[in-house]
Amino acid sequence: MGFYLVEQILNGLQLGFLLFLVASGLTLVLGVANVINLAHGAFYMVGAYLAAALVGLTGSFGLAILLAALATSFLGLLAEAFLLRHLYNRDHLDQVLATFALMLVLSELVRMTWGSQPVALSVPAALAQPLRLGEFSYSTYRLALIAFGAGVSLGLFWLIFRTRLGMWLRAAAANWEMARCMGVPAGALYKLTFALGAFLAGLAGSLVGPITAVHLGMGTDVLILCFVIIVIGGVGSIKGAFVAALLVGLVDNLGRAFLPSLFQLVLSGPVAASLASALVSTLVYLFMALVLVFRPEGLFPVRMR
Amino acid sequence: MRPTNKPHGFDQPRSLGEPRAWVLGLFLGVLALAYPLVMGAVDQPYFITFASRVFVFALAATSLNLILGYGGMVSFGHAAFVGTGAYATAILAQAGWVSAWANWPLALGVCALLASVIGVLSLRTRGLYFIMITLAFAQMLYYLAVSLRVYGGEDGMPVRRTLLPFGLELRDEIVLYYTSLLVLALALLLTWRLVNARFGWILRASSENPTRAASLGLPVFYYQLVAFVLAGTMGGMAGILLANLNGWVSPSFLSWHLSGQLMMMVILGGVARLWGGVLGAVAYLFLETLLSEFTIHWQLFLGGLLLLAVLAVKKGLTGLWGKERG
Repeated sequence: MGFYLVEQILNGLQLGFLLFLVASGLTLVLGVANVINLAHGAFYMVGAYLAAALVGLTGSFGLAILLAALATSFLGLLAEAFLLRHLYNRDHLDQVLATFALMLVLSELVRMTWGSQPVALSVPAALAQPLRLGEFSYSTYRLALIAFGAGVSLGLFWLIFRTRLGMWLRAAAANWEMARCMGVPAGALYKLTFALGAFLAGLAGSLVGPITAVHLGMGTDVLILCFVIIVIGGVGSIKGAFVAALLVGLVDNLGRAFLPSLFQLVLSGPVAASLASALVSTLVYLFMALVLVFRPEGLFPVRMR
Repeated sequence: MRPTNKPHGFDQPRSLGEPRAWVLGLFLGVLALAYPLVMGAVDQPYFITFASRVFVFALAATSLNLILGYGGMVSFGHAAFVGTGAYATAILAQAGWVSAWANWPLALGVCALLASVIGVLSLRTRGLYFIMITLAFAQMLYYLAVSLRVYGGEDGMPVRRTLLPFGLELRDEIVLYYTSLLVLALALLLTWRLVNARFGWILRASSENPTRAASLGLPVFYYQLVAFVLAGTMGGMAGILLANLNGWVSPSFLSWHLSGQLMMMVILGGVARLWGGVLGAVAYLFLETLLSEFTIHWQLFLGGLLLLAVLAVKKGLTGLWGKERG
């Protein structure tokens, strides 16, 4: 039982860090450029497919994910240059429709290139053996993911809270007009935000490939979860996204692991089982609804204007 | 550069009041009435069913447009009401309530009750928070439907179609067609009357500037809640018709894919335009069906066309005609 708990907590952390990589890009784009980017999940998926293809070409897992993330970042730049920059002055909902259309196009292009079947991406050989500590054993790859995710998160926090660029990003997110008056370069910042967001999404997608296999639906699933995270954390807040991502990762994993047996203590029979399974799948949403009922602007509201 | 949240709806308050719109409406009405006779004559029942499908989606999109467009409440969980309407009619019919007189009001009552609960809780939030909390409630219902084995779980359940008065049966595609058309027409009439009445203006004011509206003494929350419940009930009506159309309900009726699709229809057609939902539904379903006839990669072309539409046309397809005012 003790080992099981540790394992589930580690799984939760791994999911949390991974979700943070995707959600941070989404919240940056939302905060800085004020665009609700539905294509963000597609970037994540494209990153995973590219990594799977590049592993075969380059023979190195590390090089493959780096190249995949860079290519995804370039894709983000293209999307900004040819589509989204024409929509900055338009209604929010027009941007939603445009990024939805972009999502359709990207996923169909992926389907045309790689087909509808999931593509396998194998764990790099160095991390394939599980880590053993006495009786306890755990996937080395997942541990490496936790460490890597923590490292990237630290880097991101450093970038945003300790550099001039980060100051610009925060200033733009807080008050765009004022930031521009103070000399923050507008166009470059938008491009950079999209490139960074797509880079992180592509990176996360290629990292998750070995765990869940690379498939077409992966983008939309993670997109919805990331919006949940952004809303729990407070729109535009990187700190909020971080806390919320870890919370969502833990709530989801621990709920799946322990809720059904807890339910069995109170109720029994098939009805209890089916109710428990409904509750488990919906736990993250329930958590968000609870947070919003008590804190309608999320855990770390960003003061705008 | 910074996108401004422009208000919807202030520029065209009486879109149906113009004579030109009436002439067009009359023309479309006659066309819609004659359509199944023509299709029946050339023996193409598929096209009748397809048109009914368009009407049902147009109804759902119109109901969403009432809150999303005029009320500024961007709901990403509208499928919750469509799905609940569909499940309610199926479950009631299974329990023996097959007459529309009993079945429909009960099912709509369930939807209205659900909409008031979701509305009371969701309307505390604004903006993206509102989008996501409505999605959350829809997802909860989705997973509830998936887990309820009694009602088919993931596979869904068959629908015993409801009986209309005068012995008419919804199994008949022509009856279904005219029923959907009638319901859609009534819904459009109701929406038109509503958004041009005091109610509609207070609704617009509440979405435009809630603080100012509240300081004028308007009960913003109650107006928004009433609109939300109305839209939820109309969405439920679309669900009832959809269940009768498909003869089957499944959790996919509650999924966020449907919510997203309805949202895209509204945006494509025209936010806060009376005909926005109808036009969006027609364009979307027509494109989807036509493209999937020609190629399995229809999503690519649908996406491309939507991109073109968004870049080329402001304010949706209804923006193509009718002069901009103000």
